[in-house]
Amino acid sequence: MFVYVIRRFLTAIPTLFVIVTLAFFLIRVAPGGPFNQERGLSPEIKANLEAQFGLDKPLWHQYLNYLNNLLHGNFGPSYNLPDFTVGELFANGLPISIQLGASALTLALIIGGTLGIVAALHQNRAADYAVIATATAGSTIPTFVIAPIIQLVFALSWNLIPVGGWANGALLNKIGPVITLALPQIAIVARLMRGSMIESLRSNHIRTARAMGLSQWSVVIRHALRGAVLPIISYAGPAAAALLTGSIIVETIFAIPGVGRYFVDAALNRDYTLVMGTVVVIAIFTIVFNLIVDILYAVVDPRVRYD
Amino acid sequence: MTDAVVDDTAGEVPVAGRSFWSDAWLRLRSNKAAMVSLFYLIAMTVVCIVGPWFVPHTYTTIYADYVRTPPSLSAYPKADMIESALGDVLKRMRVELKDWHQEGERVVFSVTSSREIDERNTRYIDRSDTFDDAKVEDRSADGTEMTFSAGILRQYFIFGTDNTGRDLLSRTLMAGRISLAIGLLAGVVAVVIGVLYGATSGFVGGKTDEIMMRIVDVLYSLPFIFFVIMLVVFFGRNFVLMFLAVGAVLWLDMARIVRGQALSIRRQEYVQAAEALGVSSRGILLRHIVPNLLGPVVIYMTLLVPHVIILESFLSFLGLGVQEPMTSWGVLISVGAKNIGSANWLLTFPAFFLVSTLFALNFVGDGLRDALDPRDR
Repeated sequence: MFVYVIRRFLTAIPTLFVIVTLAFFLIRVAPGGPFNQERGLSPEIKANLEAQFGLDKPLWHQYLNYLNNLLHGNFGPSYNLPDFTVGELFANGLPISIQLGASALTLALIIGGTLGIVAALHQNRAADYAVIATATAGSTIPTFVIAPIIQLVFALSWNLIPVGGWANGALLNKIGPVITLALPQIAIVARLMRGSMIESLRSNHIRTARAMGLSQWSVVIRHALRGAVLPIISYAGPAAAALLTGSIIVETIFAIPGVGRYFVDAALNRDYTLVMGTVVVIAIFTIVFNLIVDILYAVVDPRVRYD
Repeated sequence: MTDAVVDDTAGEVPVAGRSFWSDAWLRLRSNKAAMVSLFYLIAMTVVCIVGPWFVPHTYTTIYADYVRTPPSLSAYPKADMIESALGDVLKRMRVELKDWHQEGERVVFSVTSSREIDERNTRYIDRSDTFDDAKVEDRSADGTEMTFSAGILRQYFIFGTDNTGRDLLSRTLMAGRISLAIGLLAGVVAVVIGVLYGATSGFVGGKTDEIMMRIVDVLYSLPFIFFVIMLVVFFGRNFVLMFLAVGAVLWLDMARIVRGQALSIRRQEYVQAAEALGVSSRGILLRHIVPNLLGPVVIYMTLLVPHVIILESFLSFLGLGVQEPMTSWGVLISVGAKNIGSANWLLTFPAFFLVSTLFALNFVGDGLRDALDPRDR
C-alpha cells in the first residue's frame, strides 16, 4: 500500500506539469495584461511595472522562471493585490474556505447518507418518495437561488443569522454558507446512497445475515452499509476537492473572505500568478482527494488491492 | 444497454411491429410526472416566445413613476400614488398646486404661478407615466392661474417593476427566451461535437482512439470554470459566440459516453454479421451505430440543457454573461439577490421561472431515461 501511495504521488507530477503548462499558456494567449487598466498607465510606468515582474522577458523564459519558483514553493506576487503574495492570499483565505467546505461535506455525508438509507429501507413508500422529492429539489435549485432565499428567510425575516460577513469565524456567520453549500450535496449523496443501498440489500450476504437472525440495525449498518458506501466515496473525493477550494457564489453572496472568488477575479484582471496559483491549488486538492478515494476503497472493500 | 435491445427484440418479434421509438413513446406517455413536465416546458416555451408581444410593456421601457413597484393584480396608479405623481409633474412645470380632485378616471387640478403659465405645459403632464390626454380646462385673466384635467393612465405591473422602473413580467419572459435559447444552442453544439468526436474515436479505434481520448482526459483535468472564464476573455461579452464556445466545452462528457457506446455496439454480433454480409462502413454507421446511439444522446441532451441554463445564469450572475439591457434569468436573479431586503419580488418571480423550468427538464430527462433504457423492460 505504501509503495502504491508513493507511486501515485510520482504519477501525479506529470499530470500537474501538464495542467500548469496548459493553464500558463492559455491565460497568456488571452488578450490584455495585468496592467491594462481602463484609464491606461503611461507607457513608461507600464514598462517599468512589467520589467519589475519580469513580464518583459520572452514567454518561454517567464514560463521556466515560473516553474522554477513553483518548485521552490513560491507562487509569486499578486499583480492586482500588490500588498500580498499569492502564497499569503491562500494562507489567509484557504483555511476559511476549507472550514466551510469541510463542514458542508460532513453535513452532507451524515444527513444525505441517513436520508438515503431511510429511503432505501422504505422503498416505494411515503418516506422514500419524500426523500426523492427533496433530493430532486436540492439538486435542481441552483446555489445562487438557494443562497438569497436563505438570506431572505433566516436573516431578514426571522433575524436568526446575520445576512453575511465572516466576523472572524463566528458560528452564526457560518450557518448560512454551510447550509447553502451542503444542500445540493445532501441531495446528491442521498440519491447515491439510496440507489447503492437498495442494490446492497439485495445481495446474497445480506440474505444470509437476515437468515441468521441478525437485527435490522446490524444488517444495515454493519453489513449492507459497507458495500453501499463505495459509490459515495468515489463521489465524495472530487466533491471534497471542489468544496474545500471555495465556492465563488457562496463566498460572494455571503461576503466570505475565502479563496473561491480569486479564480474569476484573477482571470478577468489577468492576474497571471493568482490564476496559476488557483489552478495549482485546485489540481493538488483534486489529485490528493482522488488518492484518498482509492485508499479508502481498499480499506472498505478488501477485494481491492494495490500491490 | 444494447445487449438487452438485441435479445429482447429478438424474442418479441412475432408479437407486433412496435419499433423502439414507438415503444419508448408509449412508456413515456404512461409516466405522469414526465408528461406533465413536458407540457409545462412546451407551455413555458410558448409563453416566453409569444408572451413579450402581448405584454403591454416592452422589456426596456423605463417607467420613472414606477420604480420598484410591488407586484399587483390591480391596475396602477393606486389612490395614494396619484398625488405624489402629480407633485412630480408640477415640480417639472414649476407651478404651485392649488387644489385637485379626482373625477372618475380623470384628475382635475388647478395651479398657480407667479408668472404667466404657458398652455403648452400640458406636455409635461402627458410625459408622465401616470397621466395622459391633458387639457386646459380654465384659465384666469392674467394667466397666472390655470385649471388642467388629465386622464389617469391605468397600467398593470403584475410582477412589479425593477430598480429602474421596467416591467418585470416582460423582462422575465424576455429572459426566458434568452435562457431557453442559450440552453438549446449550447446543448446542440455540445451534442454535435461530442457525437462526431466520440463516434469517430469509438468506431475507428486503435491508436486514433487512444490519442483522441487522451486529449479529452487532459481537457477534463483543467478546472471547468477556468475554461469558461478563458472563453469569456477571448470572446468578450458577445453571448451568442460565447455560448457556442461553452457548448464546445461541454462536449467532453458526450464524447466519452458516445465512444463507449460506439465501442460496445461495434462488438455486437449483428454488426459483425453486417460486416460479413459486406455492408459498407458507412452503411453500418448509419444503419446500426447511429440509431443505437440515439437513446443515450437524447437522454444526455435533456440533462445538458438544464446544465447550460444553470451555467448561463451562473455567468450572468457573475456579470460575465448576458449584458444589459438584454436580460436572462440569471441576470434577473442576480439583481434580485442584491435587493432581497427591499424588493423580494425581483428574486422570487425569476427564480420561480428558472427553478420550475429546471425541474420540468429534470423530470422529462428522467422519464426519457426510463423510457429509452431497455434494461428496464
